[in-house]
Amino acid sequence: MDGPQDEFAIRVRDLVVGFGRQTVLDHLSLDVRRGEILGLVGASGGGKSVLMRTIIGLIPRRSGTIEVMGQSAGGHGRGAAMAWGILFQQGALFSSLTVRQNVQFPLRENLVLSQELMDEIAIAKLEMVGLRAEDADKYPSELSGGMTKRVALARALALDPPILFLDEPTSGLDPIAAGEFDVLIKTLQRTLELTVFMVTHDLASLTTVCDRVAALADGKIVAIGPMRQLLQSEHPWVRAYFHGKRSQMLQHEMR
Amino acid sequence: MNHEPLLLATPSGDELKLRPEGPWTAANVVTLETLSRSVGGDVDRSRVVTLDMSGVSALDTLGAWVLEKLSRRAASSGRAAEFVGVADHFSGLMDEVRQVNRHTPAPAPAPNPVLARLGDLGKSTVGAREDITVFLQMLGALFMAVIGVLRRPRSLRLTSLVYQLYRIGWQAIPIIALITFLIGAIIAQQGFFHFRRFGAESYTVDMVGILVLRELGVLIVAIMVAGRSGSAYTAELGSMKMREEIDALSTMGLDPVDVLILPRVAALVIALPILTFIGSIAALYGGGLVAQFYGDMGPAIYIARLHEAISVTHFEVGILKAPFMALVIGIVACSEGLRVKGSAESLGRQTTTSVVKSIFLVIVLDGLFAVFFASIGM
Repeated sequence: MDGPQDEFAIRVRDLVVGFGRQTVLDHLSLDVRRGEILGLVGASGGGKSVLMRTIIGLIPRRSGTIEVMGQSAGGHGRGAAMAWGILFQQGALFSSLTVRQNVQFPLRENLVLSQELMDEIAIAKLEMVGLRAEDADKYPSELSGGMTKRVALARALALDPPILFLDEPTSGLDPIAAGEFDVLIKTLQRTLELTVFMVTHDLASLTTVCDRVAALADGKIVAIGPMRQLLQSEHPWVRAYFHGKRSQMLQHEMR
Repeated sequence: MNHEPLLLATPSGDELKLRPEGPWTAANVVTLETLSRSVGGDVDRSRVVTLDMSGVSALDTLGAWVLEKLSRRAASSGRAAEFVGVADHFSGLMDEVRQVNRHTPAPAPAPNPVLARLGDLGKSTVGAREDITVFLQMLGALFMAVIGVLRRPRSLRLTSLVYQLYRIGWQAIPIIALITFLIGAIIAQQGFFHFRRFGAESYTVDMVGILVLRELGVLIVAIMVAGRSGSAYTAELGSMKMREEIDALSTMGLDPVDVLILPRVAALVIALPILTFIGSIAALYGGGLVAQFYGDMGPAIYIARLHEAISVTHFEVGILKAPFMALVIGIVACSEGLRVKGSAESLGRQTTTSVVKSIFLVIVLDGLFAVFFASIGM
């Protein structure tokens, strides 16, 4: 099982993505190891979300290869929900379905199982992400920001996919809720043995939950490694990112 | 590595030993459900149940839950159930699953169907009263906005008004002209076809003229505008409401009625009479074409007959109704837009409501006008 191709959950090679004349990702290469939490940082509008959306097949690529779990990713056919779970920035819950139906949706579409078991699994997932069974019959418009993210996470994990993509999971949450969410992701990652690919600006989650951090600048990965290693990086953008005024405070805590 | 999950049951006296094997994952859910159901009877009969997990090659939440459910069934009514041989990398998941589904919220009591019907009836009665209130509120707010504009004419949003006029007036002309042209032609054709039997073909022109100018022109145009522009208003204002744009306006000290609604309703009130005029002319033209090619009546005779049959009064009756219909469409569309709540579904529902309600009210209003004009002898 531990062959070289199984060591990496996601392998991206020489990826080029652009819109019109603009090139967003320029011969980018990135490996995500199995079972790690990789944080991706980069400037706003610098292509972080584009990279994530290209890997999951929402944006076409110009050239390069993407392998997910050893298989070449070519769009998102049926059963994509079994390969990966995605937590969108705004949750992207289906607003016409209740919380329970949202979580059941991937189960219903991909598996044949009894309604009873489906209900139990949905409640189990909701409880695993820290919600209560009473919340199951609410509609997405009745949820707070933190709850929306939790429900979206429960839906992303409905089929126990091996890879979880998170797009700014803690944005819009207060520090306490963000901290709880970080812990939740770490716990679930350990319990379900997930590989997590996380786009984030939250320095706190980078330091606390990420095993490795990749920095994206000028369409390339300019630095990758554990947080401590990134702090030593000489790349001007990475230095500016981690040694700016806003970042200083957090690093004092780290030392 | 086996690809099918198995569940070996070994009963011995009061004891039952269960040994799940293979991949207990969501992909095999059909097999898992069958397996767990097949040992259900054995589990109920045994006093002690042991689940030997050492044969499980893969496990996910679903598989873990199915096993946990078996053990809970076994452990119910004071009997004993235990897991043995749980591999290290599954223990976290098994512990997690043991916590979930422990308490079920009391299901909401099913309502008495008769009472529920009565409740719905009562709700919709109150809802109807609320609809009237909302309509009158919007009318009042618009009236105040108009007074504000009359006091300070510069506070009128001229750019917005002109843009709305362009959108709902100018851009609507082709489709309105086409539809009314066809309606005029169809009425004329029907008239010639049926009146021919009585030798009353020449009265077709009277019918087309009076019907189009008094009723059909304005009615068709109003319905078209309600469907075309009213729905657009509702959807626009609704999505603005959803994205908190309207709240942003209010917090900046601006009245959404002044900024968004007055220009839209005013544009409708100005545009609908113009569109009605264009529509009526297109319908008369359609009737004229049919008269020439189907009714063997030349343009000169058609126009002369039209001249005799219709008067300015007929034209006035039609065109006078237009601004009132526009007001109704505008108010319904805008107030439905403001009633949109957070979800995409609610936006769709309010847009549908807006179109249905404004078409209904336009027809009711037309009926009231018919009574009114008849009683004053127009």
